[in-house]
Amino acid sequence: MSNMPQTARGVRSFSRLLRVTPAPSWADAVAFLLLAGAAILIIGGAEGMSEPLARLNIAPVTLDPWNLPGYALRTTLRMFAALGASLGFTFVVATLAAKSKRAEMVIVPALDILQSVPILGFLTFTVTFFMGLFPGRQFGVELAAIFAIFTSQAWNMAFSFYQSLRSVPTDLEEVSRGFALSPWRRFIRLELPFATPALVWNAMMSMSGGWFFVVASEAISVGNTRIMLPGIGSWLALAIDRQDFRAVGWAVGAMAVVILLYDQFVFRPVVAWADRFRFEQTASQVAPQSWAYDLFRRARLLPVLFSPLTGFGRLMMAIDRRPARVPKARSNAKPNPMGQAAWLGLVAAALLSAAWLVIGYVASHLAWRDALDAFALACLTMLRVLVLIAIASVIWVPIGVWIGLRPRWAERLQPVAQFLAAFPANVLFPFAVIAIVHWRLSPDIWLSPLMVLGTQWYILFNVIAGASAIPTDLREAAGMFGVRRWQWWRTLIIPGIFPYYVTGALTASGGSWNASIVAEAVSWGSEHLEAHGLGTYIAKATTAGDFPRVTLGIAVMSIFVTGFNRLLWRPLYAYADRRLRLA
Amino acid sequence: MATTYARPAAVPTLVKVEHLTHRYGKAGGGGLLVLKDVALTLRENEIVGLLGRSGSGKSTLLRSIAGLIRPDEGDIGFVADENGTAPTVSMVFQTFALFPWLTVLQNVELGLEAQRVPGEERRTRALAAIDLIGLDGFENAYPKELSGGMRQRVGLARAIVVNPSLLLMDEPFSALDVLTAETLRTDLLDLWLEGRMPIKSILIVTHNIEEAVLMCDRILVFSSNPGRVAAEIEVDLPQPRDRLDPAFRALVDDIYARMTARAAPEPARDGVFPGTGIAMALPRVSTNSLAGLIEEVDASPFDGRAPMADLADQLQLEIDDLFPIAETLQLLRFAELQGADIQLTPAARRYAQVDVDTRKAMFAQALLAYVPLAQHIKRILDERAGHVAPARRFRDQLEDHMSPDYAEETLRTVTLWGRYAEVFAYDEDDDRFSLEDAV
Repeated sequence: MSNMPQTARGVRSFSRLLRVTPAPSWADAVAFLLLAGAAILIIGGAEGMSEPLARLNIAPVTLDPWNLPGYALRTTLRMFAALGASLGFTFVVATLAAKSKRAEMVIVPALDILQSVPILGFLTFTVTFFMGLFPGRQFGVELAAIFAIFTSQAWNMAFSFYQSLRSVPTDLEEVSRGFALSPWRRFIRLELPFATPALVWNAMMSMSGGWFFVVASEAISVGNTRIMLPGIGSWLALAIDRQDFRAVGWAVGAMAVVILLYDQFVFRPVVAWADRFRFEQTASQVAPQSWAYDLFRRARLLPVLFSPLTGFGRLMMAIDRRPARVPKARSNAKPNPMGQAAWLGLVAAALLSAAWLVIGYVASHLAWRDALDAFALACLTMLRVLVLIAIASVIWVPIGVWIGLRPRWAERLQPVAQFLAAFPANVLFPFAVIAIVHWRLSPDIWLSPLMVLGTQWYILFNVIAGASAIPTDLREAAGMFGVRRWQWWRTLIIPGIFPYYVTGALTASGGSWNASIVAEAVSWGSEHLEAHGLGTYIAKATTAGDFPRVTLGIAVMSIFVTGFNRLLWRPLYAYADRRLRLA
Repeated sequence: MATTYARPAAVPTLVKVEHLTHRYGKAGGGGLLVLKDVALTLRENEIVGLLGRSGSGKSTLLRSIAGLIRPDEGDIGFVADENGTAPTVSMVFQTFALFPWLTVLQNVELGLEAQRVPGEERRTRALAAIDLIGLDGFENAYPKELSGGMRQRVGLARAIVVNPSLLLMDEPFSALDVLTAETLRTDLLDLWLEGRMPIKSILIVTHNIEEAVLMCDRILVFSSNPGRVAAEIEVDLPQPRDRLDPAFRALVDDIYARMTARAAPEPARDGVFPGTGIAMALPRVSTNSLAGLIEEVDASPFDGRAPMADLADQLQLEIDDLFPIAETLQLLRFAELQGADIQLTPAARRYAQVDVDTRKAMFAQALLAYVPLAQHIKRILDERAGHVAPARRFRDQLEDHMSPDYAEETLRTVTLWGRYAEVFAYDEDDDRFSLEDAV
């Protein structure tokens, strides 16, 4: 642990790096090659983004496997660009919410709702805007795609960061006030490190979610023209159009490889690195492992890899020259009631006018019947989500428990479940369509499983985690008293995994609502399958460019998802927290 | 709030606190009064102890001096020395408060970094402090790799490296085991007595009476509800002090007596706990602890009357554990606190001898006779047709008089006692009280 990079000492570590070592180790060579390769890839990929839009017509997306690595690279870069943007958004917005009571009043509910809103529906609105910014350049379309991914990643990251900032341990907070750390230093020394583990975890979840949208956002229709950015998503769209079964297989393979690569080379090292920021002062029993991290560490490359971060920190600290003053007392002063009232009034007015605008817009184009239609369709989709979550639970809970109670299996299968959750299930939709068409099945029933195809894994890996967290002494006690079968489930397993299960099911249900937009209406070349539901409603309105219906559909779905969370999952969560907490 | 005075001629005073009053919760009435009109003068070259039970406001006073809390009323004056520089303060925390992502060295450098001390000097000074406090070899370790004692050493090094005039310590040894705490105390005293630390004075908060007598030149005993300075005791025993020295023991006993005594001749039992009637805040004391203490005092060496200091020693209890039990016994008329001694009543001596069911009956009788809240709950349950009542209603009632935390704890305590006495039952799922447990 002693040779890890230290945030404020990048330069020192760098000089150590330059010092000639007696014999360059194999680790140095491997790490250098990896880094050089990554640099070349990034530069190459970025060059393509600035080309004129017309070039897409000269060199359109083709289904040539030799092009696939390049496409995969472009797609991955988009993902990471969006992740960067999400991080920036998180730092600014979440910090603002944590520091300012007034900002908090607006930002927190907004984030809470945005977290559970069907983001795919926004796509239509944003593409036009970004293309207008850079007319005739690919960059505008790229930005639109990146923004679409961003909208699927940012909210939960910001929310987690906000929550971390609000729960900074009191004693550390007092130390930083006692030494009169400036706000910047406080942020870099205390708040940012404290928030890092939760932020990294949420970034990983966001990345998984982002894949789902990358597939949908690369092939964009604007009016009559269809723009296909070079990427796996466009490849897939094209393959579906042409009913090219083999090309779909290639896409699935490429996707798997990409996810595996960034998991091994980016997220695992980062998780291993972020472990030091965990607040528990006891050494963890199982520290996260990463061979890539160990490699970089052995090659003493960590300081270089993290130099953008540490450099930023050092720069900020260098700018911040104001010397420490006397400690700042916790302010006991009440906010000015007049100002507070004025602010409340302002927010209320803005909300009302926004609601007025939306309702007015929708009402001028649609009748009450449309609202009723959307509502009825939402009920259909809700029924699907409920039934599917129930079925997925019945299947995965026993399997998850079985795995979770066997540490050896859990260790091996947990990453697999996480990988499956990261895999964009919409890539697999064509296979389902082919099957449904082949056996002439009812789309209303058989398209439904697609909604949980990608999200069921959240149930599985949370149940695995829950089952492996059941204390051994409880299991031994149950075994000694001969607790078996249903009693074993009722008294030991279900209470033990319940809080974890609720977390998993909550994530799965939210994801399924979102997925309904792409899962309820699926095509395979000229075959179009549709299930009745709100997802189809939004998807069709989007294709038709029918903005009032898109707005209405999104609004109804938002209300359903938020209501679902408030009325079902939150109470369950509260119950689990109150009654079923171990220790 | 902090004013800098011109230095008076001969008195080497560091800090002068006057008329300090602070309340939690709502400012301007309604909130819980933590500190009431507290005065304190800190001079150079002394260790001053703030001794009191939890909730006596001693930590609030310490944090006010540290500048972490702005008290509602009163003045904290830092007296400048002949060069006109005001004293500086630095703090050691009960929980160590180390940054887990920084190494020992980085933790120690934190305060210097905030003062923008240049890198080289920062390093030198930090290493010197680490060396002084006996941490050399651990510079690059992370806090999680260290034992509790080592962590607190880091906390100490971090506090003294910035050269404070006054070192504030908030129960610095109470999170450590007995042996480690002893070693650390001795080391700190050695450094202080040999004058190797750059500090002029130490203010230490503690609830351990022996610790206070062992370390301090002056002890301020705080009384609770509201926090006031109940007594000021000069300790002129020579250092190093010996716990077994009769003078030492006598002083410890004296402080116990002062802490159990109430300021004015009040009606015997009211005022043990804050609040009166059903609004009396009850401490979380289990019936097992009550029975245990009765048995202990009843048994052979004490035979019904025991000095609190000896009890604390024998049972390895801190005063924050022992006093609430003893005072609950007093509330239930099972014991009488007389000076530094606890005297069991005849009822309690009988309680020690009888079987479980009789004990329960005796406890139920005492509970309904002397705990107004228990009476109140029982009466409501008796009056109601179904003999059930939602706990919510009592919680709301309590919250009219005390903070939600206190209300919750009081209700929990009365539930615990009521269940043991089989006076009433409580069902957590429905959150309601009833006369009979529905099985």
